[in-house]
Amino acid sequence: MKKRNLFSSLLDWVWESRSDLYENMTIRDDDEEVNVITKAEHKEDIEKVKEKVFDAADRGSFRKWRFLYKILAVVFAVFFSAVLLITVGQLPKIGEINNPANNEVEKRYIEKGLEETGATNIVAGMILDYRAFDTLGESHVLFVAAIAVTILLRLDKSERDPEDTKITETITEAEEEDKIFEPHHDAILQKVAMLLVPIIILFGIYVILNGHLSPGGGFSGGAIIGAGLILYLNAFGFENTERFFNEKVYKTVIFSGLAFYALAKCYAFFCGANGLDSHISKGIPGHILSAGLILPLDIAVGCVVACTMYAFYAMFRKGGL
Amino acid sequence: MCVLLSFLVICAVAVSFSKKLLNSVLIFMSYSLIMSVIWMLLESPDLAITEAAVGAGITSVLFFVTLNRIHSMFKDASGKKKEVKEDEEKKSVQ
Repeated sequence: MKKRNLFSSLLDWVWESRSDLYENMTIRDDDEEVNVITKAEHKEDIEKVKEKVFDAADRGSFRKWRFLYKILAVVFAVFFSAVLLITVGQLPKIGEINNPANNEVEKRYIEKGLEETGATNIVAGMILDYRAFDTLGESHVLFVAAIAVTILLRLDKSERDPEDTKITETITEAEEEDKIFEPHHDAILQKVAMLLVPIIILFGIYVILNGHLSPGGGFSGGAIIGAGLILYLNAFGFENTERFFNEKVYKTVIFSGLAFYALAKCYAFFCGANGLDSHISKGIPGHILSAGLILPLDIAVGCVVACTMYAFYAMFRKGGL
Repeated sequence: MCVLLSFLVICAVAVSFSKKLLNSVLIFMSYSLIMSVIWMLLESPDLAITEAAVGAGITSVLFFVTLNRIHSMFKDASGKKKEVKEDEEKKSVQ
């Protein structure tokens, strides 16, 4: 590609005298063979696409409007970036006493957090006790995202019509396409994974179980465990992961995690963010078994997140768990 | 801190200007890593852990799988060069 300066290419874009779209385009062949095309054929292809897609003869009448549209787009972009920059410039300075962030809520959390929640990690006390309702919504958002990915990418095996061969084809196609880039018993990958996967998963469990004592918690620990599972899957393939993680396990874990969380915290729908006493003793701050409901909720969120991350990856890879 | 922040800006600009999508994802990954170090320096280790696990780990892996799916792992942004073709050719010969 020739180097042109920014201004002239901007002018080209506005007047459409030159378009990146169809000059760099090639028509993809359905044949498996690699086809080598000459320059003349390439030009012919481009002309075809021009006629078909851009309707070159009819373009003149629309050109004025498209020009206006582009000018307006630039004006809008400049306007909004200016508004955003001005707003950022007028934000209060960081660390001043009169900032709206310095109110009684923060004081209450810092001064009475340990006493009221029993968690030495104030952040965990905040998100899983004072604001547990928000975290409930967050984990359901993640669940809905997983469902959306499933709807988009899943290839169903069990409910297909025996006469309809199209779905079978797509399933085998997807698995074959998947195998092109999959490492086949890569010795280095397998040895490294052998060493790393237990450490990663143990670290994830540690982060979840210590969520109320040290930095971390359900979401980050679950993401770490999910990453470990993905590494294991990459090294040893789907046959090995399906022995302990199939769709049934996925459904059970997600359902029980979300149901437990919802049962424990759904009263917030009726009494707002005011917490009810759970009657579970707070224990001694700093011990593993302390802080009331925070630890079980952390475990539930961690399981849900780990399963969701792994499910995302498996869906993208072959359209099913 | 200033060095890290300037690095952040450089990474953010480089993501949109790199020719190959694979490079973009790798730069995005390093962006997340720098971001997690910055969270650490701002004394919020909770966010740092999450950023490292989700931003640098899972998101990039999902990006890689998607690039693989749409067959543009080794193409540049305009979809012109196909270095993969050679590999596939060899495979079909075998």
